[in-house]
Amino acid sequence: MSKQEFVQGNEACARGALYAGCRFFAGYPITPSSEIMEYLAREMPKVGGVCVQLEDEIASISAVIGAAWGGVKAMTATSGPGFSLMQENIGYAAITETPCVIVDCQRWGPSTGQPTKAAQGDVMQARWGTHGDHPVIVLTASWVREVFEMTVHAFNLAEQYRVPVILLLDEVLAHLRENVTLPAAGELEIVERTEDTEEKMLNFGEGARLMVTGMAHDETGFPAQGEKAAQHLKRIVGKIEERAERLMRYQGFYLDDADYLIISYGITSRAVEAAVERLRAGGIPIGWLDLKILWPFPEKLIREISSQMKYILVPELNLGQLVREVERAAAGQAPIAHLGRVDGSLITPEEICKHVHVGALSGQTRGSAPTS
Amino acid sequence: MSTQQIRLTGAGGQGLVLAGIILAEAAMREGYNVAVAQSYGPEARLGASRAEVIISTQKIAYPQIDQPDLLLCLTQEAYDKYISNLGEQALVLADSSQVLIATNHLKPKIIALPLQQAAIEQIGSKLVTNVVALGALNALAQLVSWEHLAAVVVERTPQKYRAQNLKALEIGCALTQTTKESRA
Repeated sequence: MSKQEFVQGNEACARGALYAGCRFFAGYPITPSSEIMEYLAREMPKVGGVCVQLEDEIASISAVIGAAWGGVKAMTATSGPGFSLMQENIGYAAITETPCVIVDCQRWGPSTGQPTKAAQGDVMQARWGTHGDHPVIVLTASWVREVFEMTVHAFNLAEQYRVPVILLLDEVLAHLRENVTLPAAGELEIVERTEDTEEKMLNFGEGARLMVTGMAHDETGFPAQGEKAAQHLKRIVGKIEERAERLMRYQGFYLDDADYLIISYGITSRAVEAAVERLRAGGIPIGWLDLKILWPFPEKLIREISSQMKYILVPELNLGQLVREVERAAAGQAPIAHLGRVDGSLITPEEICKHVHVGALSGQTRGSAPTS
Repeated sequence: MSTQQIRLTGAGGQGLVLAGIILAEAAMREGYNVAVAQSYGPEARLGASRAEVIISTQKIAYPQIDQPDLLLCLTQEAYDKYISNLGEQALVLADSSQVLIATNHLKPKIIALPLQQAAIEQIGSKLVTNVVALGALNALAQLVSWEHLAAVVVERTPQKYRAQNLKALEIGCALTQTTKESRA
């Protein structure tokens, strides 16, 4: 019984969370994420869940971790400044292997920056914002329906692998309203915390004695040092990195006969979609890789595909973040160009077309990648 | 109509995003794909604000507008900023009670109607100027049916203000009739 609805990105996120079984939300309002909490403040009590506004983002992520150990699926949502405050406890969630979802509606930064302008500047912070090597999964989305789907996916991965999952959105998508048919009940798979999840979790207070600590620990939960600490770290990082290929999520377009490639993610993919159609219509053999998971980075995929390309363009709303991963993975097999925009506006299809025309046809590249 | 790009501009608090939402939702009910993007400053009210509505028979990939087919200007600041960036056959609706129309912009077709003045004089509140403007814009550009537009206005308005907003929609529509008559 699916029907066309007119839905905002933030609303799709909130509804996706409820669909996934989220029953606890804690947050502190911040543009451009506030509508997520507004929606959940209204709707969460109706399904027997808890939505609470706390004094700040540190308290919010702390409460989310506590709720997850209490046995419920939990989420918080914020933007850059709040995301920065959450970093220490994202590390705590990582070391305690706490399943939880953190939504970051990216805005122009650093600091207060431009609260109502879009950016994709938190890509590296999402991966490396907390100190120390640590596991994390970072997803993104480009469409309102996709925000819903990726929110559900975020909860599923969090439960399956006991890891904090970050969903990177942006101001434009968070506030964008479009006509969508959202998934009907039962249409999407939902992972529940049971004996069958790949990384089994015991809830606090349910039978077993549990020690939940941010210190390096062994399987008993007591502090570990030396080789035992190394084993602990390697295991929690490895459980995600070793599954990188299985976690990979992307869409490829026109890859079979492409000489040139665009790699994009998030809201920028909307401009790329329009640009790719125009470039193809103009006879340019362009291909497109639309990434839905940023971390773990789909390194093997990029390495394989870049060997077939004469030119790769990475457009993003920052001064060069994911492009570095692409360069690392491509390992010099193709020249890589970066199109970064940081004035608060989106990259347009025209800009992308222009870059492809100039770059691909003249061999102009960024950095030290060899031209071919 | 394959694609219509509509830019609604003015100040924060004038309800431009809401007007965009109402228009797009009505268009969705007529089977179109729609997207509404918004842009505003950090201020809680006032400051420049705009909503961008795309109505299309095709999939809407890029969700923002470069050059609109339709432009609504409720403030002088918005008019000055956006009047020079329009599509070829663009139609402009400006609030003549707020905006001084520059005579050197001869290229676009500009319709000036006293939107806010009509809201104040006939309803007693400038808060419904957005809906007056919506009524006028839709009557001028024939975007969606009256039935769909009125239905969404009713659904998106608190019960207490429904009659007032429906009247505002009618006033906007009627304003366009008077200009046509006065021109004839």
